[in-house]
Amino acid sequence: MRWRAGETDSRTDTTFLLFSGCVYGNECDVVASKCEHSSVLLKGLQSSMMSEGSSFMKGMILGGIFCLVMAFFETFNSGTHSEGREHLHHHLKPVSKDELQKLSESQMSDWTLQVRVYCLIMVTPKLLVHWATANDTWSKHCDKSVFYTSESSKALEAIDLQEQDEWARLRKAIKHAYENAGDLRWFFVARPTTYAIIENLKYLVLDKDPSQPFYIGHTEKSGELDYVEYDSGIVLSYEAMRRLIEIFKDEDRCPERGHALWKTPEEKQLATCLKYTGVFAENGEDAQGKGLFNKKSVSSLISDSMGQNPADVVEACCSDMAITFGGMSPSQIQVLMYGVYRLRPYGHDFHDSLTFLPPNDSDND
Amino acid sequence: MKALGARSAFYVGFVVGTCTLYVLLRQVGFTRNVGSVEPEAHKKSLLEMVEEEDKNWKKERLALFNLNHPHHTGEDGTLADALYKRVRILCWVMTGPNNLEKKARHVKATWSRHCNIVVFISSVDDPDFPTVGLNTKEGRDQLYWKTIRAFHYVMDKHGDEADWFLKADDDTYVVIDNLRWILASHSPEDPVYFGRRFKPYVKQGYMSGGAGYVLSKEALRRFVVGFRTKVCTHTSSVEDLALGQCMEKIGVVAGDSRDTLERETFHPFVPESHLTGTFPKTFWYWNYCYYPIVQGPQCCSDLAVSFHYVDASHMYLLEYYTYHLRAFGYKYRYQPPEPSVIQDLNAPAPDKVEIGDIEEKLGAEEQEGEKKSLEHNEKL
Repeated sequence: MRWRAGETDSRTDTTFLLFSGCVYGNECDVVASKCEHSSVLLKGLQSSMMSEGSSFMKGMILGGIFCLVMAFFETFNSGTHSEGREHLHHHLKPVSKDELQKLSESQMSDWTLQVRVYCLIMVTPKLLVHWATANDTWSKHCDKSVFYTSESSKALEAIDLQEQDEWARLRKAIKHAYENAGDLRWFFVARPTTYAIIENLKYLVLDKDPSQPFYIGHTEKSGELDYVEYDSGIVLSYEAMRRLIEIFKDEDRCPERGHALWKTPEEKQLATCLKYTGVFAENGEDAQGKGLFNKKSVSSLISDSMGQNPADVVEACCSDMAITFGGMSPSQIQVLMYGVYRLRPYGHDFHDSLTFLPPNDSDND
Repeated sequence: MKALGARSAFYVGFVVGTCTLYVLLRQVGFTRNVGSVEPEAHKKSLLEMVEEEDKNWKKERLALFNLNHPHHTGEDGTLADALYKRVRILCWVMTGPNNLEKKARHVKATWSRHCNIVVFISSVDDPDFPTVGLNTKEGRDQLYWKTIRAFHYVMDKHGDEADWFLKADDDTYVVIDNLRWILASHSPEDPVYFGRRFKPYVKQGYMSGGAGYVLSKEALRRFVVGFRTKVCTHTSSVEDLALGQCMEKIGVVAGDSRDTLERETFHPFVPESHLTGTFPKTFWYWNYCYYPIVQGPQCCSDLAVSFHYVDASHMYLLEYYTYHLRAFGYKYRYQPPEPSVIQDLNAPAPDKVEIGDIEEKLGAEEQEGEKKSLEHNEKL
């Protein structure tokens, strides 16, 4: 309800001396009460109408106060929660350069062996082009890369799991990988639409013990559940895999086929199962806190940065030691291969403590 | 009836109050996003950016003088620093008043920071950017005039402050460190220029304008003299061809800029085109390249020097790929040789200068000599 100064509200038969329109409860109430007051001073009220109006006003203020309280409460909660969550959130960073330099040669060679990666690449014939690209590019940098498909394709080799359900397929792939791991202790699960720099993955887990449970990637939250986003790749240690295999047997807590009407995405089902075994998602980031796992493409991230940080586009955009990018076309990936493994400015060296050799039979890296 | 009306009015009021205040608060930005906690990226303010620019660059006489060779956290840049001091490059960038914000700005923010001196050539003086106005108009037909005047300008104002003079467009991306690697094997007193060599129209070939080209000090001297003595004139507006014709007349050699594996370093297109594109058979490019065209990964040297038709976001992408993103501990397949120091070479004036060739020749000659003496000994 709006009143203008000097107007007479015929219903209430009061004259409002003060101000103009109002929308917010508080002001209205102030005005109304002033007006009420003045109207009481001026005239008598038609109380029934006024009580309705005043009820409305009271309702509005109370609503407003309620809203404010909720907002404060929420931010306070999320404030403490996010702090609490940050500790739970586990920001996992690579080993520092100083630590690396202190290591002995035998420790180095131990770590080089320990940090070998088994890549599980979950493909379908629909993603044939990406499948071929992954096969031709980053998967060559895994110590062992196995393509797991929903149905076989004549064009490319893969382990045919003959399974259309994505969660069931993932479970089968994980079981197969665990059984065929040999002495590999780190596992990387990705779709072929993701591009990974395996050397930087190794750098991230270099000083982590794979006989401890690790579940790493870009973490997101769904209610109370922290899960690793599938689109930017999932890293699992040997112990995490072992626990997963165990909990897969528990049909109640970790069912193979969901009973709900709606389908929970595999990434969340995975997180739930792991949570029952005491394994929690950790966010992979570099020493400066920049995320290492990305589901967006490099050009997309650069564009974002140009909008948000025009003064410092490249620094603010992405980590130097980024591990994954997503949504890139095959030709963009070839450029990325060239950019990561070949293109560099002469005379700038890094003297990394570990050496990873280029793969055999490859000319694009 | 009255009570009901009042109560419902109260509830309605309550809802309206909550909603409107929520909207109000939202507008104010009070409710925080409850999602994954992203670390606060350090957003540079304009003031901070200007301050940093002042630390690294000296703006003087409408040029930018580099005070600090950019360094990256965690890197060992001693070799790059040594080359920076020894191989001084002046970069002049062809731009115009309409392109300062669209294109030239991104050049300034990225690759030009690695030059010893940068001059932005335009048709209008702008002391802020800074750009140099060269008494020309804008447009494709002015390109050669701009080039002629630009080279005269840099010779006049900065001739003593650099050894090599690079011309680039505002949509060219150049890796200056790699350019230094190539040039370090040559003397700025040699009459030579480098770029992406094209073969038609000029006997010794000429360099593609878009891919950028670099003149030695001697080449620049001869260019200026050539115009004074009318040996060279404004023959056409096709800048790169006309310049190439002039170079041939004044005895400046068209150099071979390929790396030691004979892979091209200057590129007339973006990386994607060279690495993955298949140019149609009728495309002019096939008939222009002086050296055999390679498509696919071997098209381009690891130590690439330039790419052309690079738009703003692509500039930052290439900057990220070149100077930032890397694979930890990766041992590169291509291990480039250290460039030979010019003073130590006693090579005869070559009519065709090739990188590493002289070093290889000397090495090969040594081996040949050893073999011959061994054979000789055996015979005896």
